[in-house]
Amino acid sequence: MIEAINEALDLMMARDPDVIVMGEDVGYFGGVFRATAGLQNKYGKNRVFDTPINECGIIGAAVGMAAYGLRPVPEIQFADYIYPGLDQLISEAARMRYRSAGDFTAPLTVRSPFGGGIFGGQTHSQSPEALFTHVAGLKTVIPSTPHDAKGLLIAAIEDDDPVIFFEPKRIYNGPFGGDYDAPSKTWKTHPGGKVPEGYYHIPLGKARMVREGSAMTVLVYGTMVHVAEAVLAAKGIDAEIIDLRTLVPLDIEAIETSVEKTGKCLVIHEATRTSGFGAELVSLVQERCFYHLEAPVERVTGFDTPYPHSLEWAYFPGPVRIGEAIDRLMSE
Amino acid sequence: MTADKPDGADPGPRAASVGQPRGNLPPLELYVPEPRYRPGDAVDYSHLEIPEAGAHSRPDETCPPVETRPLCDGLVRVLDEENRAVGAWDPGLDPDTLRRMLRVMALTRAFDDRMYRGQRQGKTSFYMKCTGEEAISVASAFALADDDMVFPSYRQQGVLIARGYPLVEMINQIYSNRADRLKGRQLPIMYSAKDHGFFSISGNLATQYPQAVGWAMASAIKGDTRIATSFIGEGSSAEGDFHAAMTFAAVYNAPVVLNVVNNQWAISSFSGFAGAERATFAARAVGYGVAGLRVDGNDALAVYAAMQWAANRARANAGPTLIEHFTYRAEGHSTSDDPSAYRSAQEREEWPLGDPVARLKAHLVALGEWDDERHAAMDLELAEQVKKATKEAEKNGILGHGLHHPFHTMFEDVFEDLPWHLEEQAEQAIRERRTKWPNWKEFSE
Repeated sequence: MIEAINEALDLMMARDPDVIVMGEDVGYFGGVFRATAGLQNKYGKNRVFDTPINECGIIGAAVGMAAYGLRPVPEIQFADYIYPGLDQLISEAARMRYRSAGDFTAPLTVRSPFGGGIFGGQTHSQSPEALFTHVAGLKTVIPSTPHDAKGLLIAAIEDDDPVIFFEPKRIYNGPFGGDYDAPSKTWKTHPGGKVPEGYYHIPLGKARMVREGSAMTVLVYGTMVHVAEAVLAAKGIDAEIIDLRTLVPLDIEAIETSVEKTGKCLVIHEATRTSGFGAELVSLVQERCFYHLEAPVERVTGFDTPYPHSLEWAYFPGPVRIGEAIDRLMSE
Repeated sequence: MTADKPDGADPGPRAASVGQPRGNLPPLELYVPEPRYRPGDAVDYSHLEIPEAGAHSRPDETCPPVETRPLCDGLVRVLDEENRAVGAWDPGLDPDTLRRMLRVMALTRAFDDRMYRGQRQGKTSFYMKCTGEEAISVASAFALADDDMVFPSYRQQGVLIARGYPLVEMINQIYSNRADRLKGRQLPIMYSAKDHGFFSISGNLATQYPQAVGWAMASAIKGDTRIATSFIGEGSSAEGDFHAAMTFAAVYNAPVVLNVVNNQWAISSFSGFAGAERATFAARAVGYGVAGLRVDGNDALAVYAAMQWAANRARANAGPTLIEHFTYRAEGHSTSDDPSAYRSAQEREEWPLGDPVARLKAHLVALGEWDDERHAAMDLELAEQVKKATKEAEKNGILGHGLHHPFHTMFEDVFEDLPWHLEEQAEQAIRERRTKWPNWKEFSE
């Protein structure tokens, strides 16, 4: 997935001279995850540069650059460290078009690795997407495959609205089925690992049908797409799995169509439970598909604790927790 | 919950659980700043060190930041006691320019007076004057090129007026009426005028500071010749965004002029709560490797000269400048504020740097280029100009009188396109309207 992100950045920088990449360690070094490797060498220090360790400054400067007319792609090294930039994102980037009635806009794409499953402890594992989906004016995008990462990142950079682009770092180098004892896989044999060369974009707001099925609808994104797929396959459930890809704007049609067909819905995310994005999904399904539901909507999430280090796999919403929810849904 | 106390019962005062004096060390003391004067106090500003006009030399505009250190603790002043322009910082402006500058400053004051009254008459919800600070925004605007981008706070209306933004547009925004370019979305005075190089004002303090630096960086990336400038109050300089902006400005040698308008007060908090008792605001500059200037903010010529110096420096790729404008907020913070509750009314009268409009007027009079009659006639003319603009804007409606932008516009511009959930909510808003007033119809423009 890292290579796909690098390709998307490379391609957009080549196509659009206004695209600028900035962030901590993104320049000469190429990023702590190698997402920006080679870009400074190719495009110069004026377009790919390291920044001071100051997330408020990174996002604030990007807002000013966007107001000038550039298309900045700032990186926040870990989503856990995006909080010092929140005022600039929430009060400024998200509201620029609205408060100025289109006089100024903020076409920036904030890339940030997110999610756990890597023994990252409290501050290298968080999934703060719900903080952003709650903000009017921000789009939130989370890819689950290299193919989608490239297409979605290209679309995000082209989009004239500010986009939060969360990259599930657990699956940077290969899919993860939730079994932490299993040997790690690469993207080579995965269908989502095939990344077309050149330009293509995946429209924001469109979900991906991972697997069609009739037993239940599974709403999921990021790393958990692969975990859900593996658990359901292992249990032999004919579920319809929908990778949301974009949380805002949300592909409500795909959700409604599927739940009306299956009559059951399972929502999975790694983020903490209370007021997580899952609550929004459950509400929407309840409001819009109520008369089609044959069972209460199930929600499998991380626990309402900070992300622990040693007990990571007890925290992670893995196969056991997901399996129990599936059993409850299937028994209705 | 213990059995003898019902839920919600007051458990009584809590005993201190931390902090015991130990050994023979003196107990530590917390220092909480306190302004010198409170309501009713007699005011004496003799402790303020006010250098004479012309006392400072003017370093080369491309000098290393450290050479500006003496200027960070001093005060650049051009107009002397006899209202003459003196010293190395005299920008040598011709009388026509001085008269135009005086006129814009007087117009800004006339505009403030009328808008303040308009708020008291219920025509709008809110207003903020810049009385006593007109020189800072107006003279700065005169020293900048028209296409330099200004990232203002809410007290630089003088920049808009100096750049010829129509007063009617400003009033439309203040009234949130159907002609308001911001469609009634923004609190009064939070203007946005890209075509006048005036960035969208945010309610969140100091956020515009790193944005101005980013804009300046973009200009440099593109090999442009335009520079950026930003204004914050001394109170907002305590925000983290100030540090971010100064660091980024220094690191990338950004072509930006960062201004701190030190008007002594942040609502009810005196400048000591932003650190003024320990160092000047200009003195923060050199520590970042940024040039610093501290100027008499009520001296239009000093403000002009400082902004011109800093703008030239930025344009020459010699780096950013931080300018502290030393001034006094002559009126309340806003129409929602009563300064008599926290400061002495005498402060304004005793302020040693006087009134910026009166001082520039006196300078022109001393030059033999102006007189009381012409000034009085100008004031009458400006009041009439503002009145006329007000009447014109009122035709488009005042707040709460029904002449506003169509309902649907509330949902537009959140994103470039309306997503499904906003379309649904827009329909809901209109449905609610019809439920309350069955015959309600959106007015047509």
